Amino acid sequence: MRIKQLLIGMTASVIAVSSYVEMAIADLKFPMLVYRTGAYAPNGIPNADGFVDYYKMINARDGGIGGEKILHPECETGYKTQVGVECYEKNKKDAMVFQPMSTGITYQLIPKATSDGVTIYSTGYGRTSAANGKVFKWVFNAPVTYWDGASIAVRHILKQNLGNIRSKKIALVYHNSAYGKEPIRTLETLAKKHGYKLMLLPVDHPGQEQKATWLKIRKARPDYVLMWGWGVMNQVAIKSAASIKFPMENFIGIWWSGSENDVLPAGQGAHGYKSLTFNAPGTDYQVHKDIKKYVHDKGEASGDGSHFGTVLYNRGLFQAMVQVEAATVAQKIHGTSKITPAMYRDGFENINLSAKRLEELGFKNFAPPFKITCENHGGSGLAAVQQWDAKSKKWNMITEYMYGDSDVVQKLIAEDSSKYATEQKIAERCK
Amino acid sequence: MSIELLNFIETVLNGLMSGVMYSLVALGFVLIFKASGVFNFAQGVFALFAALTLVGYQTGQVPFAHLINELFGTNYHNWYASMPNFLAIILTMITMIALAWIIERLVLKHLVNQDPIILFMATIGLAFALEGVGDLMWGSDVKVLDVGIPSGGSIWLEEATIGLAAEGSDYYGMYIDVLNVWATVIAVILVVTLALFSQYTKTGRALRAVADDHQAALSVGISLRSIWILVWAISGFIAMVAGIMWGTESGVQFSLSLIALKALPVLILGGFTSIPGAIIGGLLIGVGEKLAEIYIGGYFETGALENWFAYVMALVFLLFRPQGLFGDKIIERV
Repeated sequence: MRIKQLLIGMTASVIAVSSYVEMAIADLKFPMLVYRTGAYAPNGIPNADGFVDYYKMINARDGGIGGEKILHPECETGYKTQVGVECYEKNKKDAMVFQPMSTGITYQLIPKATSDGVTIYSTGYGRTSAANGKVFKWVFNAPVTYWDGASIAVRHILKQNLGNIRSKKIALVYHNSAYGKEPIRTLETLAKKHGYKLMLLPVDHPGQEQKATWLKIRKARPDYVLMWGWGVMNQVAIKSAASIKFPMENFIGIWWSGSENDVLPAGQGAHGYKSLTFNAPGTDYQVHKDIKKYVHDKGEASGDGSHFGTVLYNRGLFQAMVQVEAATVAQKIHGTSKITPAMYRDGFENINLSAKRLEELGFKNFAPPFKITCENHGGSGLAAVQQWDAKSKKWNMITEYMYGDSDVVQKLIAEDSSKYATEQKIAERCK
Repeated sequence: MSIELLNFIETVLNGLMSGVMYSLVALGFVLIFKASGVFNFAQGVFALFAALTLVGYQTGQVPFAHLINELFGTNYHNWYASMPNFLAIILTMITMIALAWIIERLVLKHLVNQDPIILFMATIGLAFALEGVGDLMWGSDVKVLDVGIPSGGSIWLEEATIGLAAEGSDYYGMYIDVLNVWATVIAVILVVTLALFSQYTKTGRALRAVADDHQAALSVGISLRSIWILVWAISGFIAMVAGIMWGTESGVQFSLSLIALKALPVLILGGFTSIPGAIIGGLLIGVGEKLAEIYIGGYFETGALENWFAYVMALVFLLFRPQGLFGDKIIERV
């Protein structure tokens, strides 16, 4: 009986002490919605590893943010919207920010997080019109939106055709989901402006079978194919394009269709494929040196460390850095390290990642500088084009970072956000 | 010939080829269902597991490396740089046979005489468990699978058919992926081998006897357990072939397990108990969905018929012939 009581007592003490330690150490809660399992895991894992390694590095190198350690509990969504919402509900208490890593989940969380007072950061994905901070107080999608992406891809095509694409045919192969449908409106508007013909080709989840789609492309012979794909859809599409001998230099994916995972299965066939990007690949940055020193060399790497420096891992680093920077700014604004979710949002709205600040953070030349303001939650709107070199198995940046068609994009953002504001009875702010 | 007709023929041919890929998955379902009355929901995961294992052997990956390194602080990743394809395939076959034996020992043995729904639920559990084991063993990165099967559009066919269209017309020749042609050849060899095996060997006849009537087979001394292991092993082998074909096409990744969903409409059309049914069902589904996507897809705002049209076909078929084209007739006595 005594032994039993002793064991129960010891267990209770261990639980109590560990909870206390966790509460005392982990003062800033950054819950992570991840997908390390299921059909989209090959993309979800490197991205999540980037986040975790960055948070670990900040905790180890700087002792957290302003002395407050980062707690980053993971919740597995499997890229399923319903599960993502459950993960949000489970983790929203005291959470500073949620990065849903899915446009579908982001759409569902926008009204919930707005009413709960929790920041949503959908880096280069999610609802594009959330770039309008006057309507979407709690949502940020900097540094670039899907509508910027669509217009940057068209700008790249325009450049290649000396500004005239009137007789051209552009096909959009897209994931038949909220994510994939995002650029349609922009591309339709741009088609009216520039006179190109737009072909829309949806591909259902997961996108393992696309033969009919590519037979259509082979018959219609579009001059360019744009892709908004994710997961296996990207690999099958790139392989199918190579199989029908579509010129790969005329095949351009969004930044979520441009990782090593997407091109490697197609082998040499993927040579010349292009994608947009808002961050650089590789490991030649100070942040990588710090992660190696403070995390990997101590055997603390997330996963087996094999994704270090890949496109999606680096994107995870960038996303985590912006989230951490928002907390730093919030601490400065409010003069306390113990910030609340509302204070954190203020920090997010005052982020100024200038070239100098990016260098201080170890991200020199890693991504273009950007600033978030009350009106603009969408950042700079800059993206570059990268091209896959199948021989050296490397992505090469082939353009400077460029802007999209802001006249078209801003007008569409204003229209869509104003419609949302009317539906939700939201009064515009930032006046 | 008109370009429209040539395009139609091309669509049908590509549909037939895709259908063969579906049939490869459906065949595994049929074999197990015939012999043990179990609808093996894990068949798609079998294909994934076999493909993962094959790539693991080919590239010398240490199984459970991540787990071992995490537990013991080691840094093991690869035993060797590469293994010849032939040897890797043999080793994968042995692994699939071992898996069949483990499944029989751990799952089936304990569920003899249970309702079919219990067995079905057990295979759902098996699917999740096997997916988890596959993840732990080999990791969830996208893996490149190359066993030397050529892939890409057939240049020969393109050149041979380019002249069929009227002169001066804008026709580029017919397209067929060589990988799909190989899949067809392999499927034909598989079906013929299976037919010969079940017709002319003692074990094959025992297998058919079990498929016809478990009790009668037991009464003449056929070991149900060894037949079940055999059938699950054959179905594991077929899953490996399907895994190789699908994995070569898209890379080996966890979405491969979802190909099982493509086999369901094939089975509804062809019947759950007929090997020729699995083939014909696959071909019908393949052709049907490709024709639907290309010729009526434009009328649907949402599009992407290719993925769901097969289920519509299956649903319509269920209304008129629930046992499928070649399935056993449903006779209900009052």
